[in-house]
Amino acid sequence: MRGEQINSQNIIARSATSVPSPHRRSGGVEAVTKLIDVSRCIGCKACQVACSEWNDLRDEVGECVGEYDNPTDLTPDSWQVMRFNEHENEQGNLEWLIRKDNCMHCAEPGCLEACPAPGAIVQYANGIVDFNSEHCIGCGYCVAGCPFDVPRISKKDSKAYKCTLCSDRVSHGLEPACVKSCPTGSIMFGTKEDMLDLAETRTDFLKGRGYENAGIYDPQGVGGTHVIYVLQHADKPEIYSGLPKDPRISPLVDGWKGITKPLASVAIGLAAFAGFFHYVTAGPKETPEEEEETQENEVLAGEERDQEPEEKRP
Amino acid sequence: MRAPNPPSKRDPGILRYGAFSRINHWLIAISFVMLVLSGLPLFHPFFWSLTGLFGGPTMTRILHPYIGLFMALFFVIMAVRFFKVSLIKRHDIQWLKQIKDVLTNHDERLPPVGKNNAGQKLVYWVMVLCVPLLLVTGLCIWQPYFADAIPITLRRLAAFGHAYVAFLAIITLIIHIYSGIWVKGSFTAMVRGRVSKSWAKHHHDLWYEEEMEKERKEREMTKQQHASMQGEKSK
Repeated sequence: MRGEQINSQNIIARSATSVPSPHRRSGGVEAVTKLIDVSRCIGCKACQVACSEWNDLRDEVGECVGEYDNPTDLTPDSWQVMRFNEHENEQGNLEWLIRKDNCMHCAEPGCLEACPAPGAIVQYANGIVDFNSEHCIGCGYCVAGCPFDVPRISKKDSKAYKCTLCSDRVSHGLEPACVKSCPTGSIMFGTKEDMLDLAETRTDFLKGRGYENAGIYDPQGVGGTHVIYVLQHADKPEIYSGLPKDPRISPLVDGWKGITKPLASVAIGLAAFAGFFHYVTAGPKETPEEEEETQENEVLAGEERDQEPEEKRP
Repeated sequence: MRAPNPPSKRDPGILRYGAFSRINHWLIAISFVMLVLSGLPLFHPFFWSLTGLFGGPTMTRILHPYIGLFMALFFVIMAVRFFKVSLIKRHDIQWLKQIKDVLTNHDERLPPVGKNNAGQKLVYWVMVLCVPLLLVTGLCIWQPYFADAIPITLRRLAAFGHAYVAFLAIITLIIHIYSGIWVKGSFTAMVRGRVSKSWAKHHHDLWYEEEMEKERKEREMTKQQHASMQGEKSK
C-alpha cells in the first residue's frame, strides 16, 4: 500500500496539491470529534498508555522533574501528554488543571497549508488530519504552520509525527484508543454535533456548580477543531498549560503559503520569457564592425611602434 | 555584421577576469543553479518534479542547505574581491536613466562606463543583500540542526523571508544569465577571461582607458629598464 492510509477515497484536502483528491467515498460521512472534559479528568494517564500501546510507540523512560508531567512535552514517540497546572484561583484556592494535550485536528489545518510535500498531510471527510509519513520529507514546515505546536520531527527517521486520532481505528468503526481507556468518561468520541451537545450539557452542569465561565473550546480561528475541550474557565484557556486563546494560522504562514507563491512562480516564468522575446525583438548587443576595425588598426600600429626599438637593439 | 568579440590573433585583447575570478564565479553559478532547482520544489508544488534531479524529495531537502553553505562561502570571497569595481558612480546613474537605450541596443547614446556597468553593479548589490539573508533565514529553518532551537515566530518569519528573498534572487539570476546571452562577448569573457580591445572600448570605455594607461606605463617602464641596462653596459 506504499504507506497510504486505510481509506484513500475520502480525502477532502491534501498537502501541496491543487487538483481535487479522490473523495467519492465521503457521502454520508459525518465529522467526528473527540471531546475532552477537563473537569472530569483525574490525570491517571491511562489514555497516554493506551496511545503508546495501540500505536506501538515506546518513548524513552524519562526522569521525574518534580511534577507529574512525564514526558514533559510531546515527542515523536508521545503523541499525547497530560499537562498538569497548579492554578491558584481568585479565592486563593488551588485548582489542579489537567489537560490532555494532542493534535486538535483543525478544520483548517496550518500544518497541511504549510506542507510542501504532495500528500504528506491529508484531511479526511470525517475531519481527521493525518500525516502520511511515507511522503514526509522532514522539512519541519508543518511545525511552523501549526498554531498549537503539535508536530514533532523524529531524530531517528526525520519524519513528522503527531496524533492520528486513531484514524485506523475510526475507519473501522472503533473509538480512538485514548477514549476507550478513559476510566472517568472524561474523553468522549462521536459526531461533532453529538459532542457539542454533550459539551453543552457538561458546561451547563459546571455553571450550576459555580463555574460561571465554564465553556467549550472549539476555536473558530482555525475553522473549529475535531478535538474540543470542556473547560471550567473557558475565558482563560491560557491557564490550561498555555492553551492558546484565539489560535489561528499565523499571518506569516498565510503570506508564505498563500496566493503570492503561485504568482511569484508565474513571474519567474514570465521573466524567462521576457528575456527570450527581448532577444527576438531587440536582438543581441554586438560590438559594431567599424569600431572593431579601427581598434585593430590602432592595436597593430601600436605593436609596430613597440617592435621597432626591439629590432634595433644590438 | 558580427564583430569578433572574443580576442583574435590580431587582437590578443585584455584580461577581464583572471583564472581565480572565473573559477570562483562558476562555482557560485553552478551551486546557485542547483539551489534554485532544489529550492523551487519546496517553494511551490508546481516544481515538485525537480526533486527527481536530486535523488528524491527527502534527498533534495537534505542537500539544499549544504549547497547553500558552499555557495555562501564562495560568494563572500567574490563579494570582497568585486567590491571596489561595484561601487555606484555618477555615470552609472546616467546609464540607468538611459535604460531604454541600453535595452534597444542604442549603445552610441550611452555614457562610457567602468569595468562593470550599472546593471552588473545592481546584480552585485542585490546578491550582496540576498545571499546573507538567505543564509541566515536558511539556517533558522534548517532541519534537523538549528530549526528546533529557534523560536517559532522567528522560524515562520525565516521561512517567509527565505521564500521571497529567493524569489528576488531568482529574478535577478534570470536577468543576469540573459544579459550574458544578450551581450555578445560577455559570456566568453567569463569563460575564457579575455575580451578584445574593441569590445572593451565599446562596452566599458572607462575601464578600457584605464587598462590602456596601465599598458602605456608598463611599456615606458620596460623602455626605461632597457635604457638603463644599456647605459650600464656601455660603462
